[in-house]
Amino acid sequence: MTVLFEKTSGLTDEPTIYCPGCSHGIIQRLVAEVLDELGLMDSTIGVAAVGCSVLSYNYFNCDMLGAAHGRAPASATGIKRVHPGKMVFTYQGDGDLASIGTAEIIHAAVRGEKITAIFVNNAIYGMTGGQMAPTTLLGQKTSTSPDGRKAESAGMPIRMCEMLATLEGAAFVERVAVNTPAHIRSAKQAIRQAFKTQQAGQGFSIVEVLSSCPTNWKLTPVAAMQWVEDQMIPYYPLKNFRTPGEAR
Amino acid sequence: MAKVLMKGNEAIALAAIKAGCRYYFGYPITPQTELLEYMASELPKVGGVFVQAESEVAAINMVYGAAAAGGRVMTTTSSPGYALMQEGISYIAAAETPCVIVNISRGGPGLGNIQPAQSDYFQNTRGGGSGDYRLLIFAPASLQETVDLVQESFTLAQKYRMVVLISADGMLGQMMEPVDIKEVDSPEDEEKQWALTATEGKRPPRAIYSLYLDPVELEKANERLQANYEKVSKLEERYELLQMDDAQLVIVTYGSVSRIVKSAISLLAGEGIKVGLIRPISLWPFPKKAFEQIPDSAKGLLTVELSRGQMVDDVRIAAKGALPVHFYGRCGGMIPSPREIADEVKRILRGDKS
Repeated sequence: MTVLFEKTSGLTDEPTIYCPGCSHGIIQRLVAEVLDELGLMDSTIGVAAVGCSVLSYNYFNCDMLGAAHGRAPASATGIKRVHPGKMVFTYQGDGDLASIGTAEIIHAAVRGEKITAIFVNNAIYGMTGGQMAPTTLLGQKTSTSPDGRKAESAGMPIRMCEMLATLEGAAFVERVAVNTPAHIRSAKQAIRQAFKTQQAGQGFSIVEVLSSCPTNWKLTPVAAMQWVEDQMIPYYPLKNFRTPGEAR
Repeated sequence: MAKVLMKGNEAIALAAIKAGCRYYFGYPITPQTELLEYMASELPKVGGVFVQAESEVAAINMVYGAAAAGGRVMTTTSSPGYALMQEGISYIAAAETPCVIVNISRGGPGLGNIQPAQSDYFQNTRGGGSGDYRLLIFAPASLQETVDLVQESFTLAQKYRMVVLISADGMLGQMMEPVDIKEVDSPEDEEKQWALTATEGKRPPRAIYSLYLDPVELEKANERLQANYEKVSKLEERYELLQMDDAQLVIVTYGSVSRIVKSAISLLAGEGIKVGLIRPISLWPFPKKAFEQIPDSAKGLLTVELSRGQMVDDVRIAAKGALPVHFYGRCGGMIPSPREIADEVKRILRGDKS
């Protein structure tokens, strides 16, 4: 019998806690596949953040640290400085990276810390049950913006890649999505390039992945994927913001 | 190494480097900044890593990462910065990852001032982070004792896999004294069976975390921590006793102010008044054994602190109600003179003050 396809060895056999239609599973599989294909899984140390990403230390088949909320880039810095030859990545949601952890992600990029941040943006706080995030879209209803996000009181949604791309230390910055097979293929390419940037010692790398949260968006999995396409991508354009060696 | 005259903060930094500390993460704050500066200048010379973090919050979480990765790591700060580190310290304690922290405390609350104070006793011994955790805490009174304890702290942090805190204040950080800083032989530790080093295909992956969604598992994790703390509390009580024989009163004091108390005790001895001293060196575990040595001649205890009375709570617990516990303290950077302390002792012995 010929094996045509099998699950990447970069993931453990632990069943995930994710809701049906959630993109975390796809994103974690892409990260694991990339590390596996690059032959880096055994020399990687990951840092899980707080939120729905928290239990990822059970899913990635490498050494993992569970960090405090928002502090994953700082803890990843500590790990990378002790083991400069290893691959170090953080796996963070938007509440973690774009709200409580803004100082840590910005300064990791400022230092050009040779780590890779996988930033899962689903425009909401998932684990705590659907509160407004800094990334929540204008008009989007959440349990803490029951009438929809308003610019007057909550401001406009934060575009992290655009902000981070202004920093010299941020060598690779790209926003991708995983709501269609074509987008998934591009996302995997970006994740691969991010880890290669780290491997080459070129600086900080981040891939923002637009993700779905059908449970808290109160949509079916299929409608949630369409919502990424119709609502998120127009505000959060999919593009590469920085690549090492490119003119700025 | 022969004795050299050094400033407290720099002596601590050098002692740490000579004890094999190779990773340092910190943030500027007076009165500990010379320590950070010394590390920035000297740590790279021995192949170590210095990172100036964007905040104390980031610094302690860098320490968490470096400690989890198996590094011999330290951070240092002062009171408001230490407050910002509390969350990270709770995570490090929960993860049982070893590190050394130095708190060169200053006057508070709030921004307070940069003068010496011991108003961080609660923050040091009770902590501000979540959960049932403890730190092993030493409060030295001289620079020689400080450098010796800093060096030993690295060994103890590894041995017990816990946070060791050096509690000092601006007086110790800023003063100069002759110190003999030892070269610690081969500080390389045995391979840490728990550290995150990447599997290299040779072993199953390891995870270090503090989340236990199952209450049964979280209680078990807590029991493991408590068993370790119980061991530490049995083995690491440290204290100094002075002139306890026939003492009419025993002063309990620690750290920098204990030096002034010793001068007061000499003054009183010259006037024929016998006063003993208990100086806790470990603040946790609090040296309860020292209180078994209080002579029958003692009419009471006097706790002297550079605060409005924080350690005095532990003294009352340790005294078990057997003797009245008096308190004398100055705060906000005000330092009592030996005469002021001696006068307080006399007031108490005359019965002017209960």
